[in-house]
Amino acid sequence: MSDGAILRLRSVTKRFGGLTAVDDVSFDVSRGEIFALIGPNGAGKTTLFNGITGLIPPSEGTVEFDGANITGFKPHKVAWLGIARTFQNIRLFDYMSALDNVRVGQHCRMHAKVWDALFKTPLERSEEREVEEKAMELLRFVGIQRHAHNYARNLPYGQQRRLEIARALASGPKLLLLDEPAAGFTPQEKVQLMALVEKIRSEGITVFLIEHDMKVVMGISRRIAVLDHGEKIAEGTPEQVRANPRVIEAYLGKSA
Amino acid sequence: MTTRVQELPGWLRRNSRDPNALVYMILAAVAVLYPTIVQVVNPSQSITLINTAADAGVFVLMAIGLNVVVGFAGLLDLGYAAFFAIGAYTYALLASGQLALTPAHHAVHLPFWLLLFVAVFVAAAAGALLGAPTLRLRGDYLAIVTLGFGEIVPRVFRNLSQWTNGVNAISAIDAPSLPAWIDGPWDNGADFQVVRDLKFTIGQPVAYYVLMALLVLVAIIVVTNLYRSRLGRAWMAVREDEVAASAMGVNTRNIKLLAFSIGAAFSGFAGCYYGAKLSLVSPENFSFLVSVTILLMVTLGGMGNVPGVIVGALLIYFVQYKFLSDLPHWTNAVATTVGLPGNAVTSLSDLVTRLNFVLFGLILVVTMLLRPQGLIPSRIRQEELTKGTHEGSVAEVQGVA
Repeated sequence: MSDGAILRLRSVTKRFGGLTAVDDVSFDVSRGEIFALIGPNGAGKTTLFNGITGLIPPSEGTVEFDGANITGFKPHKVAWLGIARTFQNIRLFDYMSALDNVRVGQHCRMHAKVWDALFKTPLERSEEREVEEKAMELLRFVGIQRHAHNYARNLPYGQQRRLEIARALASGPKLLLLDEPAAGFTPQEKVQLMALVEKIRSEGITVFLIEHDMKVVMGISRRIAVLDHGEKIAEGTPEQVRANPRVIEAYLGKSA
Repeated sequence: MTTRVQELPGWLRRNSRDPNALVYMILAAVAVLYPTIVQVVNPSQSITLINTAADAGVFVLMAIGLNVVVGFAGLLDLGYAAFFAIGAYTYALLASGQLALTPAHHAVHLPFWLLLFVAVFVAAAAGALLGAPTLRLRGDYLAIVTLGFGEIVPRVFRNLSQWTNGVNAISAIDAPSLPAWIDGPWDNGADFQVVRDLKFTIGQPVAYYVLMALLVLVAIIVVTNLYRSRLGRAWMAVREDEVAASAMGVNTRNIKLLAFSIGAAFSGFAGCYYGAKLSLVSPENFSFLVSVTILLMVTLGGMGNVPGVIVGALLIYFVQYKFLSDLPHWTNAVATTVGLPGNAVTSLSDLVTRLNFVLFGLILVVTMLLRPQGLIPSRIRQEELTKGTHEGSVAEVQGVA
């Protein structure tokens, strides 16, 4: 299953002025696994994601992806290398159809140049056809194909989350970062979503997800890291993490 | 509804709920028939009217170009006339005796058809040049910087009088000429009416009109192709959410630069044509007012929607240069026929003349109040302004589901 780590974080630190949002965090995500990052609100989980994807580069430390150092790379470069992500507060292209959202996801895998677009060259046409087919396929994969022609903003909340995943998958990632994909879901929807995540993993894509709700990730992830106040306080299998006294204290509260 | 729509042939199905197709058809028909209609309806003024239409085309081209920047990519550009100036001066310098008077000491007379492309590339390069340092700014800040650029460029042309003749303008610019295989030796006989009329002379605006119609056609095709491509989608993605776009692998900086550059290219077209037709290029013709007028055309016509923008440009041009300037004459005529005394007639048309800009403003305010989404809006603007959240869909608007 694992032929080494696909993502390797070493002493990643992010400071905003005097506040250290992520403090000296190191861990590896292995190829082909579902890895979960959990922690209470404000623990620095999303900041870590932003650091990996280049939206807000880390102050210190290194991010290695697929054996290459990608620390401080521009977001589009990171996406091109094979890391796709979703956002905690859904960031779809509101006034574009669901289909177009997924098409944009394929942007960095397309080859048509301005010239091709200007004159609708055969290359451009055939590529557009392929892109549309693949986009429909992805919408089917996440189960929202009937919304293909609706504006993203008009989709129901849960389907917007699924659309965001489809858009991220469209860039053909090796590693998919999901930022609280089940936030605001009912327990039943959470189960469905986790089934989707498992399906993505079975396609050979490594999944690294942030989740607020510990119970949700316990079932599907092989390994979990726990962040609290920017520090990694635990890492291991769900059982190990659940038994860890620091996790119980920091994350579930002392009484739990 | 779904089945009924799908029974229709493909092209009709796609266009059945799309007002754009209808608008394009009407525009094409009017463009083709306009010279004839004018000749029949108002033979005494036909030349002026065709001339006006050809001039309006300059603004149509620029509105199409600015729409790429503002409508597609969502970048507010208040200095668009700068690129118009650059296009016009490119043509003026390379197709007149002007360079003989400058330190270059050699007049350059390149053919119009070549310079059309040169001007496009020069304007596009200027767009990229302006874009490179400024596009990290967003929204209002970008607008202010472009505003500055729009002020600087005409001033540079005015003050570089050694090269551009300053406020005295570059004049006696070459008119376009058709190649010999069209405008050939057989042209001497006056029998071949069509070809004779196609000469680019000042008394004969038909040739300019045809040229402009073709330029606009090319612009429409090009901009529609771009809109429906990878690039067009990337522009919209940047407009909708720049952060998400970059996380999806869109190089937002390059995409915005391309929008600026391609948008500017259209005004290179426009500027080149403008210089050739007017045969005079002066720094006074590219004021802030021009930038604002074009922005107005885009907004009023329907931001982001090409046919809407074209209609907006034509309408504003008509109101500004024909309707308002003719209004005093019309009031005069009406007042006289009604039988008002002479001095009352004069004071009335005087009043109308003085109220010209008030009327213009009123027309704009009323139009925007009645149709804030623009005359022929893109579906996006339509929905943004008429619907609340989470209702309706593209499918409903398009009639497909």
